[in-house]
Amino acid sequence: MPDQLSIAEEMILAPAELTDTKLATVLGQLLRPSVDYADLYFQSSYFESWSLEESIVKAGNFTIDRGVGVRVISGEKTGFAYSDDIILPALTQAANAAVGIVKQGDNGSLPAWQVRVSHDRYPILNPLQSISEQDKIEILNHVDQYARQLDPRIIQVNASLVAAYDVIYVVASDGVLAADVRPLVRMNVSVIAEHHKKLESGSFGGGGRSDLSLFLQDQHYLSYADEAVRTALLNLDAVEAPAGTMRVILGPGWPGVLLHEAVGHGLEGDFNRRGSSVFSGRIGERVAAAGCTVVDNGTLPDRRGSLGIDDEGTPTQNTVLIEDGILKSYMQDKQNARLMGVQPTGNGRRESYADLVMPRMTNTYMLAGDYKPEEIIAAVDKGIYAVNFAGGQVDITSGKFVFSASEAYLVENGKLGKPVKGATLIGNGADALTKISMLGDDLALDQGVGTCGKDGQSVPVGVGQPTMLIDELTVGGTGT
Amino acid sequence: MTVEISEHAATDTTAHQELQRITTQVLDEAVRQGATATEVGCSLETGYNVNVRMGEVEVLEYNRDKGVAITVYFDHCTGSASTSDTSAAAVSAAVTAACNIARYTSTDPYAGLADKERLAFGYDALDLDLCHPWQLTPAAAIEQAQACEQYGFAFDPRIKNSDGCSLSTHSAYRVYANSHGFVGAYPTTRHSISCVLVAEDGSGMQRDYAYSSARTADDLFSLQYIGEEAAARAVKRLQAKRVPTCKVPVIFAADVARGLLGSFFSAISGGAIYRRASFLLDSVGEVIFPAHINFTENPHLPRGSGSAPFDGDGVKTVQRDWVKDGVVQSYVLSSYSARKLGLQTTGNAGGVRNIKVNTSDKDLNQLIKDMGEGLLIAELMGQGVNMVTGDYSRGASGFWVSQGQVQYPVEEITIAGNLKQMFANIVTIGNDVDTRGNIHTGSILLDGMTIAGE
Repeated sequence: MPDQLSIAEEMILAPAELTDTKLATVLGQLLRPSVDYADLYFQSSYFESWSLEESIVKAGNFTIDRGVGVRVISGEKTGFAYSDDIILPALTQAANAAVGIVKQGDNGSLPAWQVRVSHDRYPILNPLQSISEQDKIEILNHVDQYARQLDPRIIQVNASLVAAYDVIYVVASDGVLAADVRPLVRMNVSVIAEHHKKLESGSFGGGGRSDLSLFLQDQHYLSYADEAVRTALLNLDAVEAPAGTMRVILGPGWPGVLLHEAVGHGLEGDFNRRGSSVFSGRIGERVAAAGCTVVDNGTLPDRRGSLGIDDEGTPTQNTVLIEDGILKSYMQDKQNARLMGVQPTGNGRRESYADLVMPRMTNTYMLAGDYKPEEIIAAVDKGIYAVNFAGGQVDITSGKFVFSASEAYLVENGKLGKPVKGATLIGNGADALTKISMLGDDLALDQGVGTCGKDGQSVPVGVGQPTMLIDELTVGGTGT
Repeated sequence: MTVEISEHAATDTTAHQELQRITTQVLDEAVRQGATATEVGCSLETGYNVNVRMGEVEVLEYNRDKGVAITVYFDHCTGSASTSDTSAAAVSAAVTAACNIARYTSTDPYAGLADKERLAFGYDALDLDLCHPWQLTPAAAIEQAQACEQYGFAFDPRIKNSDGCSLSTHSAYRVYANSHGFVGAYPTTRHSISCVLVAEDGSGMQRDYAYSSARTADDLFSLQYIGEEAAARAVKRLQAKRVPTCKVPVIFAADVARGLLGSFFSAISGGAIYRRASFLLDSVGEVIFPAHINFTENPHLPRGSGSAPFDGDGVKTVQRDWVKDGVVQSYVLSSYSARKLGLQTTGNAGGVRNIKVNTSDKDLNQLIKDMGEGLLIAELMGQGVNMVTGDYSRGASGFWVSQGQVQYPVEEITIAGNLKQMFANIVTIGNDVDTRGNIHTGSILLDGMTIAGE
């Protein structure tokens, strides 16, 4: 079976009659005296989506995006240009533009290629072709019928099926020559329920670096409809969320978006190199309660946030960010690692060849504790229990972060009470994790639907955590 | 800096001809493959962006993006495809891919091109004045960004750090064509400068920004204004406190008021209405705002950020009242959503353009005086807006107001309510209109929101 490198060479280089020798020539011309690093990033990506609405598959879309980005780095400076034509003249033109950021001088010499060997973090396949078009349509139609028969109050079902096949090839002035073949699939189901003129919505989905048969195993896709319908019906009965600072229990899995916002972004190397993060200069200090260990792990098999290599060819790793409450490490790409005098951590990512690399998260999660989830609920006199979220945002300088609950319950005297309407939770990243008082033994990762935005670039990520109790978090409801 | 700026997309006539050729190829190819109707959008955008931080260049980035997006109809079955590779072979393959998809999608009687008589034939008689390429070298752009950041540092000694000052200039040429024989194309430019600064004192760090964006460089705010505004905004946030949970009036400052009214336009969009995914179902003809509120769209505003002669369906754009004396006049409709609802398109495929909100003659200070005690909201965080129910809960920061005066900065709180109630509770719209986005509104004073804090 061909490996990632041979597939990338065949798909990207061969049609343009490019070879690693020709690329070495282009790279060599970028290596002027003041240049610390340069790379060429080739990408060929195929994307397909199908969507159902009002019980028919109305739309399908197929997209091809191909191109090459050229990056030249000198200290804190980056020159960048790209072309959506993968041919030598366009590559050379982009290279000339990118290198314009540094002064003229003699060209340096390139070290021998260090070829990054293949990995088995996820299968080498094209998920667009993994099942027939008829089967794709059938999944969507079935999930629609299934959701509607679950409850007569379901008046609207939207479902989508998305598959992406992304092949990248990167050569860099440090000798790295690497390639990756990245499948990614996702399915979403959202419903609207109506009862006595009141409308509510619910949605659920899943995915990963796999093929579309992921959804077919045991008709797994129907469980997304179950969850979407359950949430919508639950919300029909929801009461106003409370307003104010209180104890908050977060469920396992997707609520780990808390970690992504509260500490994740603030631990990205670029903000810390610039000193603009609330966590800048705090390595070795306590930033979370004892017992809290947070990692960013790009190596998990088949996960949405996983990568075999990052977009600079660095192998991904399991990086301990916070260990037993103490800040241990930032997440780095090559440039920020070099400027901060540390090693890259395999977190250099870019949305596409037309975007700059930044330090980004992969799968960010907190390790399990010892408590049973029911023990944690039993420990709370008054508060809320939030099990599902819609997304979040952070100001990494002040550390203030938000995330919005889409399924939550009141907790009174150690027991779950009524469901409450969606509400935004707000906290301060610098101390939110120091207020964690109980951690469950039920670590779970999300279902594979997360997308993280930074400086206008979106990348797929994962989050996870065990059930946790935070003694003080502000809940933005309207109730008293 | 030795690099020449590549040709501006807006004025590169060779590229324009190439894009026109591609649209013709797509339309011909689709007919050959059996499509009964076809539409195609084709664009080229060029430009660059410089980012300066702490006085030094951090990024010089050249952009050149092209793409073709194709939709084909086989009677009432739809397929679409897009490609960044505009070679004849790739475009042909994309048409094939779209046609292949249409073999599997279901018959949707409402799918298809816009009605021919609604298309913007003769659109080129309009001069919207949208194209003003900026003959600025990257070296000069870097100097401007450095100067802007320096104004910020000079403004206050508490400005200790920077997340950078950016200048970007882009120009684009877009063609839309369909098999009714409509071909529309026009060039546009957009230039922007933004500055992000970090203020620091014993209480910690705060970051804020200022920006300007315009069709012509002449309409940009001055470098001094942008740098000093970013600095002033960051410094004003230092020593922010929390406030107790309470129910008070609030003012949405003009730049966040835009988002509040944006939620209104999302809720009356045809797509949300026919999906029944809106808290404003059946709202046409209903009183949603107080009687003094009027919203008007002018899609032909010269140099307007949202101006366009035709919409995403090729339909002629027109001036229109959306809210008159507090009453909703129409849903925001594309050809498709209009057919679904048994109505006529409003020429809004792609959304509304240049909304003018009528204001009072009061400035922000007067609004603060009128409010007496409450919260002036300067920034909102998160996505906590439920378009189906109108439930609204978002993170906020801003300033506490009492006795009609700003007292201190506030952070780590939320504001919550329901949009329908919030729209009805609007008291006054200030005359401090922010025209940088698509909705031109002043600050908005409204009653009775829940603040969650200490």
